[in-house]
Amino acid sequence: MSGRDTVMASIRRGLGVSGREAPRRQAVESRIAGHPSGLRPARGQLPPKERLELFVTMVERSAATVARVGALDDVPAAVAEFLRRHNLPMRAQRGADASLAAMPWAAETTLAIDAGPPDPASLAAVSRAMAGITETGTLVLASGPDNPTSLNFLPDNHVVVVTAADVAGDFDAVWARLREKYGESLPRAVNLVTGPSRTADIEQTLVIGAHGPRRLHVVVVGEAE
Amino acid sequence: MSAVVTSPAFKANAKAALADTELQKALALVEVNFIVRRRAAADQLPEFEALRDEARDIKDHALAHLDLYLEEYEKRVVAHGGHVHFAVDAEEARRIVLDVCRRLGAKTVTKGKTMIGEEIGINSFLEANGVVPIETDLGEYLIQLRGELPSHIIAPAVHLTKAQVAADFRRCHADLPRDRDLTEPTTLAAEARTVLRQKFLAADVGITGANFLIAETGSSVIVTNEGNGDLTQTLPKAHIVLASIDKVVPTLEDLSQLLRVLARSATGQEASVYTTVSTGPRRADDPDGPNEYHVVILDNGRSNMLGGQFRDILRCIRCGACMNHCPVYSAVGGHAYGWVYPGPMGAVMTPALVGIDKTGHLPNASTFCGRCEEVCPVRIPLPKMLRHWREREFERRLSPATVRAGLRFWAFFARHPRLYGLATLVFARSLAWFGRRRGRFRFLPFARGWTRHRDFPAPMGSTFQAQWRSRRRSS
Ligand code: SF4
Repeated sequence: MSGRDTVMASIRRGLGVSGREAPRRQAVESRIAGHPSGLRPARGQLPPKERLELFVTMVERSAATVARVGALDDVPAAVAEFLRRHNLPMRAQRGADASLAAMPWAAETTLAIDAGPPDPASLAAVSRAMAGITETGTLVLASGPDNPTSLNFLPDNHVVVVTAADVAGDFDAVWARLREKYGESLPRAVNLVTGPSRTADIEQTLVIGAHGPRRLHVVVVGEAE
Repeated sequence: MSAVVTSPAFKANAKAALADTELQKALALVEVNFIVRRRAAADQLPEFEALRDEARDIKDHALAHLDLYLEEYEKRVVAHGGHVHFAVDAEEARRIVLDVCRRLGAKTVTKGKTMIGEEIGINSFLEANGVVPIETDLGEYLIQLRGELPSHIIAPAVHLTKAQVAADFRRCHADLPRDRDLTEPTTLAAEARTVLRQKFLAADVGITGANFLIAETGSSVIVTNEGNGDLTQTLPKAHIVLASIDKVVPTLEDLSQLLRVLARSATGQEASVYTTVSTGPRRADDPDGPNEYHVVILDNGRSNMLGGQFRDILRCIRCGACMNHCPVYSAVGGHAYGWVYPGPMGAVMTPALVGIDKTGHLPNASTFCGRCEEVCPVRIPLPKMLRHWREREFERRLSPATVRAGLRFWAFFARHPRLYGLATLVFARSLAWFGRRRGRFRFLPFARGWTRHRDFPAPMGSTFQAQWRSRRRSS
């Protein structure tokens, strides 16, 4: 018997089942097909305006910083402002995301933005989140050429752009959007990011900036409808 | 070659731990930091207690249908171009990992945190076979430099001081300037970041654990704060996930509920910094990600637990809350438990996985105060299970000879009540006489287990039975 068959047989012996019981199969199929939500915390069910306010509060609580801008066209200035404030080189890297590509980067004459595959030497990256999650102040980043995963982890500084319309109330609302956008097949990596990287492994002292970014700056675009 | 079991030496381990002042300082901090933070996080979410019920029910449902969810999970991993390997035991799991490494000609392997990796002793096995494993979770890296086991499931190096870490860094990072400042956690963490960054970029294979496997999507999920797990699984040619059969949950919605209780119970965060849902290898147009994606699903004795009194422990989501709240853990630390899993969950898991014959001390190292069950996010009845182990241990006649002899002695008198009355009367009278001056004993022969830590009160010269009889008569 293969390892697989041995393990399966042993599980079935433990459970006292054959694996062919129709009601059990039915229970599993309908759970997966229906993917019912359980109790959803009230804080994730606010109307749009309050939701956005709470999202910003939660993001700040995670030790990230927030900038609010009116439109996507205002993002390059916000990125430049962030880099300047921390005395960083005026250079950042981004993926192929069309909304990032369409921004007026040229207007920021001191800022160089590089598109293309991740470069381990980059100090700053700009990504577009597919969603925000209010209940925890979390950003949702999907892998792919638009926003390569390594940009979320390699550079010291990460700027993430999220539009007010993309800020969801809770996890469950984001799963619904993922299914809508990607169908049966999730992107290779869906990164849920809540604040900059940290560790408390040395004497339980919190140090911000472990292996991932030391700074997470969130640019929230637009207002709640 | 699995992690060495030193649980038989629990008493000696515990004694050494109690005398270790640095360790005692660290353990005092565990109590303050983790307990207070968990409480605050729980208080901020009014639905927290109800979510714990749901988390329990989700895991129960998944375990009751485990064979079917594993099949669903496997189907979807394969559909995304990944590979699922079932491993009966540690040996088979190690082989699977080594085969992938060999086929890819791997020289170095970076590792995110994986308790299954500890359980199967993957590091020493890879090393013995010419592949260099590099731990990248800061705590795991620190203990790897020292050749130790983790002392806590989410804070593996919680027993170390920064001075010890600095000394290890000077020893192991010998090419760095000798006069560098290593006095603060910030400078130490920065050095580890720089050293490990090179390792991430050079590694051929990345190994991580999995907090959850999702049947609906064929995804593995890791939850971390440092970002090391993501660099580990994104940069190398292959990603190997080490999981166990109990990790599978039905859907993304079920993941929501488990995430809502996990971080709050573990570190008191609203959410851990990085929760990553990984599905298969790099896609055709992906600019990054591993070319191969393997999931090793380890049984190692867990399937045997499904049918018995210990099924509930398989709900465990490894948050660490039970150890953070355990008076025994906070007195002796994680290493005393002598294997991979410490604290109350370890005292239940370890006997099941490595045998009660070697680990009989662990279920006994409990005060049955019940705090572990009070805080467990999936409401595992840990004290009840510890009691089951104690009962089994006795049934299998593995209790120390003195305990068995004592009980036989008692059984004799139980069958001969008159003799018992006489014997205890004699004994009580003589004890009363010997102890008459101070009313207690500092030392009693055959009762050292008691008198070593406390005085024994001298009886007043009459037995319980005699008093009972005289009271019944007078009432
Ligand atoms: S037994 Fe419960 S409290 Fe302990 S680690 Fe597991 S889930 Fe957490």
